[in-house]
Amino acid sequence: MNKIIRKEFLSENVFRMEIEAPRIAQSRKAGHFVIVRTGEGGERIPLTIADADTRAGTITLIVQKVGCSSAKLSKLNEGDYVQDVVGPLGNATHIEKAGTVLCAGGGVGVAPLFPIVQAFKRAGNRVVTVLAARTAGLLLYEKEMKEFSDDLILVTDDGSRGRKGLVTDGMEEVILRETVHQAVVIGPAVMMKYAAMLTRKYNIPTLASLNTIMVDGTGMCGACRCSVDGKTRFVCVDGPEFDAHQVDFDEMLRRMSAYREEEETAYRNYLIHEQ
Amino acid sequence: MNRYTQMNTTEYLKSERSHAWREELRKSVRAADRTKRERVAMPEQLPAIRAANHLEVNLGLGVEEAVGEAVRCLDCPDPTCISGCPVGVNIPKFIKYIEGRNFGEAARTLKETNALPAVCGRVCPQEVQCESQCFYTLKLKKTPVAIGNLERFAADYERTSGNLSIPAVAPSNGVKVAVVGSGPAGLAAAGDLAKLGYGVTVFEALHEIGGVLKYGIPEFRLPNVIVDVEIDNLRRMGVCFETNFIVGKTGAFDDLRAEGFKAFFIGSGAGLPNFMNIPGENCTGVFSSNEYLTRINLMGAGRQEYDTPVLSGKNVAVIGGGNTAMDSVRTAKRLGAHRAVIVYRRSMDEMPARREEIHHAQQEGVEFMCLHNPVAYLADEKGRVKQMQLQKMELGEPDASGRRRPVPIEGSEFPVDVDTVVVSVGVSPNPLISKAIPALKVSRWGTLTVDQETMQTSVPDIFAGGDIVRGGATVILAMGDGRKAAAGIHAYLQGR
Repeated sequence: MNKIIRKEFLSENVFRMEIEAPRIAQSRKAGHFVIVRTGEGGERIPLTIADADTRAGTITLIVQKVGCSSAKLSKLNEGDYVQDVVGPLGNATHIEKAGTVLCAGGGVGVAPLFPIVQAFKRAGNRVVTVLAARTAGLLLYEKEMKEFSDDLILVTDDGSRGRKGLVTDGMEEVILRETVHQAVVIGPAVMMKYAAMLTRKYNIPTLASLNTIMVDGTGMCGACRCSVDGKTRFVCVDGPEFDAHQVDFDEMLRRMSAYREEEETAYRNYLIHEQ
Repeated sequence: MNRYTQMNTTEYLKSERSHAWREELRKSVRAADRTKRERVAMPEQLPAIRAANHLEVNLGLGVEEAVGEAVRCLDCPDPTCISGCPVGVNIPKFIKYIEGRNFGEAARTLKETNALPAVCGRVCPQEVQCESQCFYTLKLKKTPVAIGNLERFAADYERTSGNLSIPAVAPSNGVKVAVVGSGPAGLAAAGDLAKLGYGVTVFEALHEIGGVLKYGIPEFRLPNVIVDVEIDNLRRMGVCFETNFIVGKTGAFDDLRAEGFKAFFIGSGAGLPNFMNIPGENCTGVFSSNEYLTRINLMGAGRQEYDTPVLSGKNVAVIGGGNTAMDSVRTAKRLGAHRAVIVYRRSMDEMPARREEIHHAQQEGVEFMCLHNPVAYLADEKGRVKQMQLQKMELGEPDASGRRRPVPIEGSEFPVDVDTVVVSVGVSPNPLISKAIPALKVSRWGTLTVDQETMQTSVPDIFAGGDIVRGGATVILAMGDGRKAAAGIHAYLQGR
């Protein structure tokens, strides 16, 4: 049982939680994730660690309410307990001094991107960050990212903040104006797919952090498997980051929607039950 | 209490056998009358009924049935059955207690060497272990004494009597030992170490204690409540459990050493499911048996109050012929599959699953396609598997395992419609542990290399056993390893 120390909504459906987990706070690195279970009958869902405070012994998670499990988590308040939190899982991001690093985040993918931006900056890189969202109110972590980025570009679908366009528009702008040595893209699978297509065109080595369906998160079940360079890899123990140019995103998208019907029914039932 | 430290096993068994009550019992029925009796059959749920529920298939022996079966045991002067038991249960002693209707003592006897008797009485392959070494099997060529069924009876009787005995525990020696993984190997090691007076903490990566006993073996073969009672027993012996803790990730081995742990037992299991790397294997609706069973057994998929879903269709193929394959295919049936098929590349004779499991599966309407192997899967427009391409096989020369090698028959491929596939072709060792400690010596297959006697790894304070060493075996072999390692750890810590 892990106590919720702080909780706030960043937008209508996105919330931030600081959860007591002293050991994880101590051992986590950029790129790591945890598996969280809310309540006795809850699902195990993977969530990337956005930040940690070793002195307070807390980790920060940014969660978007998309279905039954995330909605249940969103109902918990400060002082409540999350049933299970286990981690840190996955491999840490390989951080090196590459030169200029382009970090692009879409939606709640911005949260896991934050520790990576921090780490690349601390390793002495020039970090250019592109944050994208549908609309101004959904842009996350602008202030925090600004602190660790040499340049920050904001993009919204509707132009309500920053440039009007898609994440790839912001990325291409950077690529055309300066030499980029390394790119990192995190966000919805379809966003990563197009971001990877763009950087492939310019031959820029690119990492994508995959957020597939998982059950145990320790290599035991293989629910998270994906094809990378034609080989089956497990996101939980081989990833979560892979060479974005080698990932079969279409297969990943299909696998991620495997339970769409079940998820929709469960969410509908949950909402009815809640009212 | 520990018979290994007090005298040698043969002397110990002899002295136990010479107790007055045993002699009296032996004389009470003539041997010829004992051997005349037929083995008492295990009562079962009817196939048509059980295939639609998750309740236990085997119902357990009643008191009179158990006593009657116990009478068959001849209490041999040289009990060869014990040599077939990886944890060295004093088999004649517990059986004779049953014959004498002293069921509590029968259970206590089991617990002298076995931390999980109610589990072993259900899932051990006794037919290739103790029962294969029974006097009836070896000399009389008759069906052996039902040792497994009697073990289950004694453990169940004690549990339902509400009067559970706790094995004697030595006074605390103040030395902390960490057990990594709460499956059968870890639980057996924890039990023995606690008996010796160590302060044992078991670290488990999942949110439930029990490892494969919980996530793998289905309710109809091993109900979770049975496992919980045995775990509770260990708790009462002073064993501490910490869930959601991945040693090497949540805390490093060095962190735990700094916290005072003097030795480690790794029983983390063979975590990684194997796939066949054939086209279409990543279609949705294709699972590893680990995922399929975990969703259902651990996460409660298919039950009202649980959120985790599982895709389990009407037309299910399970690839493989082991016990896990049988568990998967019988689970599919229970989740409403109209057709549930085992696809196995060798013939029925080579199938590694227990005969009882195969027989039960057949009774429940599972189909068997032996000498067939999938070569590809086809998906529908949504990416869900809709067909598998099977190839016919024939048996060639024996391979390294001594079994005849399956050889594909070229051009024999044909399609079979399916909507769910469960791949159950074995597991590989989980790399988490060896990644955490690069100094650990591993075999070519990734299993940890240990001293066969002490189970010590190449890192002196780390011992290991179960599937992380064996690469995929049985509950009882893992438990045997756990016991051996506990003795090894004891010797190591006392020798310091």
